[in-house]
Amino acid sequence: MQEYTLSAHNFEECMKCTVCTAYCPVVPVNPHYPGPKQAGPDGERLRLKDPYFFDEALKYCLNCKRCEVVCPSGVNVADIIQSARIKYSKSKPKLRDRILASTDFMGSLARPFAPIVNGMTGLGVTKSVLDATMAIDKHRTFPKYAGKGFEGWFKRSAAAKQTSFEKKVAYFHGCYVNYNYPQLGKDFVTVMNAIGYGVELLDKEKCCAVAMISNGMYDGARKHAAHNEKVLGKAAGKGLKILTTSSTCTFTMRDEYHELLDIDNSSYRDNLLLATKFIYELVESGKVKLVFKKDYKARMAYHTPCHMEKLGWGIFSIGLLKMIPGAEFTLLPSNCCGIAGTYGFKKENYEASQAIGKPLFDEIAKVHPDFVACDCETCKWQIEMSTGAPVKNPISILAEALDLEATAAANK
Amino acid sequence: MTRDYKDNEFDVIIVGGGITGAGTARDCAMRGLRVLLIERHDIATGATGRNHGLLHSGARYAVTDRESATECIEENMILRRIARHCVDETEGFFITLPEDDLDYQKKFVESCLAAGISAEVIDPKDAIRMEPSINPEIIGAVKVPDGSVDPFRLCASNVMDAKLHGAKVLVYTEVTSFIKEGDTVKGVKVIDQKSGQSAEYYAPVTVNAGGIWGHNIAAMAGANIGMFPAKGALLIFAHRVNSIVINRCRKPANADILVPGDTVCVIGTTSTKVPFEECDNMHVTPDEVDLLLTEGAKLAPSLANTRILRAYAGVRPLVSADNDPSGRNISRGIVCLDHEKRDGIKGFISITGGKLMTYRLMAEQATDAVCLKLGIDKKCETATTPLPGSEGGKIEEVSKKIWANPTTPQKASVGRAGTTAAKIPLKDEYDQALVCECEEVSVGEVNSAIENLDVHNMVDLRRRTRVGMGTCQGELCACRAAGLLGKAKGCTEKAKKDLTDFMNERWKGMYPLAWGQTLREAEYTQWVYNYVLGLKGE
Repeated sequence: MQEYTLSAHNFEECMKCTVCTAYCPVVPVNPHYPGPKQAGPDGERLRLKDPYFFDEALKYCLNCKRCEVVCPSGVNVADIIQSARIKYSKSKPKLRDRILASTDFMGSLARPFAPIVNGMTGLGVTKSVLDATMAIDKHRTFPKYAGKGFEGWFKRSAAAKQTSFEKKVAYFHGCYVNYNYPQLGKDFVTVMNAIGYGVELLDKEKCCAVAMISNGMYDGARKHAAHNEKVLGKAAGKGLKILTTSSTCTFTMRDEYHELLDIDNSSYRDNLLLATKFIYELVESGKVKLVFKKDYKARMAYHTPCHMEKLGWGIFSIGLLKMIPGAEFTLLPSNCCGIAGTYGFKKENYEASQAIGKPLFDEIAKVHPDFVACDCETCKWQIEMSTGAPVKNPISILAEALDLEATAAANK
Repeated sequence: MTRDYKDNEFDVIIVGGGITGAGTARDCAMRGLRVLLIERHDIATGATGRNHGLLHSGARYAVTDRESATECIEENMILRRIARHCVDETEGFFITLPEDDLDYQKKFVESCLAAGISAEVIDPKDAIRMEPSINPEIIGAVKVPDGSVDPFRLCASNVMDAKLHGAKVLVYTEVTSFIKEGDTVKGVKVIDQKSGQSAEYYAPVTVNAGGIWGHNIAAMAGANIGMFPAKGALLIFAHRVNSIVINRCRKPANADILVPGDTVCVIGTTSTKVPFEECDNMHVTPDEVDLLLTEGAKLAPSLANTRILRAYAGVRPLVSADNDPSGRNISRGIVCLDHEKRDGIKGFISITGGKLMTYRLMAEQATDAVCLKLGIDKKCETATTPLPGSEGGKIEEVSKKIWANPTTPQKASVGRAGTTAAKIPLKDEYDQALVCECEEVSVGEVNSAIENLDVHNMVDLRRRTRVGMGTCQGELCACRAAGLLGKAKGCTEKAKKDLTDFMNERWKGMYPLAWGQTLREAEYTQWVYNYVLGLKGE
């Protein structure tokens, strides 16, 4: 008798209950997608028989991992699908895919010319040209580039102060914070300093490569992963926790590196976590006290990003926001927003993307909050574009709601 | 033929719808004979459908049985040509483990080469690179032209071609006695298992191709063959662990062949003498499962932790030559008996012994014997004429010839039907809707099988299409298939009974392995069928 059974990404543990397909956000909106069960564990047996059974329609998978969250048998359905794409897909990434995927490269090119680039990408004519030439959907709003990056700001205005803290954390800021929205990074430093932690940057982080994985640029993704493994491993080796403010970067570096890219990330995996989880646990254990502004008032609705659901860490962001006395908090029903990183930017996916997110958009319209709280930057773009509601990261909300001086005093 | 026939008169009656009978029916029909093939159950129900599905290179027999080895390699090369859609040209390895004698390898290679089997000694490291599932401890490896062959498909293609050449095929029809005049067999009395009606059929020659059951068929005609039922048990793993056949390079023993076939792989076999009474209802014992798993894991260590779908057992139709209690040392050679010469019974031939691999040669020898009796001088053409469906190449090539952008169900149908997939209705969405999700069997393929391939029940349908042979063992597909079958046959009650029988048959193969995921799946299936679909008590 066998005590246990093993298979790649657990595909043989599937008992065909089909709940993954029932829960998949793509299945109801795209008839060309075979669904996670068929594309994943079922397809795997056929592909092992003959690679000709690989179906290019697997590209419609959002890699949202909702199938994995819902699977009662522990099958890593989306990993099976993404691995099959890595192993068998013959379609090469297009120029558009390469541009969309190269978030840090494009960011470093565009940022010095931010006002011009932002002006250009905001123009209807640019959008039409991109739509026609690159198949980037014209309805999309591009994330704005920041004139000055986060790393530069940190070195100039924050690094010196950090040495005064005895307790330290490392920060993986990601492309979004560096190139598009440095304010989130600044908020993070503010909050961490208030609770008595100094912040260190990593020794030259690279993009987590989530967009490269989803755009079929696997060699590039492996290079990034190997680099990040070194720098994150180095920080973890010093005993530092590595904190993040993006659920997707975190998820990618924590789970996708070893599951999909065969990069052993055990050197830092346990030390990598979202800032909200880190702070929540400190508050819960009584090691940190948060003092909030008396006059802070906000109606906020939290959207749980798919990768946050997969991490199982939504509870920490939610718990932290609920600690704010002046917060009127609504938890939005679990629903993929439809953007899935670069997926929704592609012309061929635009309609599906919006259809997937519609129940969420409708719900937000119904709740009508002052803003939506969310740990993912691409969900933010999608929700802001589709609902008009502003979206804030929980760390930025904390930075606004905390009485920083009182908090700092309480954690001396 | 210029003779006028009545409806129940034929040139030859073949008893037994296994691969040997099907092959003989095809050969006889291709040589212009009026053929009747009679099978008590469905085609391929006996040993034909209960083996490894190994396209032997003959290497396994090279040291111990040169004649069988030569037959195997010749037939191997023939099947690659005439049954391309049934054959997967995987190649094979004979590996030497640290506990085996490496000196045997030398003898093995010499014997292979002497039998005309290419056998190339390769570096164990290269072997592991080519087939990563192989035990990394191996000290030797030899590459041989093994492959895998789908026995159900092969048998069905032979039956199909026999029918295309005018043969009449009666399944679920049992021979109850021989019609004899003196020492001459003139025909058979049969009973139709479905209607219960009796009938008589006449032919100057009757061929007994009953496999192990041929022992009793011969006895009915008054001849004693003296067969030796040797049970072989096998395990089916839920996916292909290996893509190249793995054998042990030693004297043939238990559980020393791992064959990748279709979406699964199969480890086997055991060899135990069993009484004739057990041949109709084989069970795999816990000891056999343990032995297969333990020995199998020596070939490919990952088998120890790979999900198993089913256990099954077949009976080799060996003809006893000595008192070997295991049956391993008996020749797997072909035995073609003219009972006129042997027992003084005229118009009666038995074709037995042999193996799946040599079915075509067996059929040729039996047909030669039939033709000799009938005074017909026609050459055998089965070695050069492709079976229906075999005219194309690989799945990709054939699919692209039929459809511009083949879908997965279309590709899967080509994997099973070869070029005849072009005749299966698979155009619209409904026809491509899946009945069996694990094996990608569509509505069109099921309906086509029901219409054209003598499908009378769900188990027949499984043998033609692989419905219910995948991971879920009928959990999702059985009810859908029962619906289609019920619609085609116009009887819901029968379909319900059929569905119950099918699920029980699936459970029989899962029962010896009822632990872990297999048990969990079976339990879930039981909830669905008993409580959601209301089959409880049926």
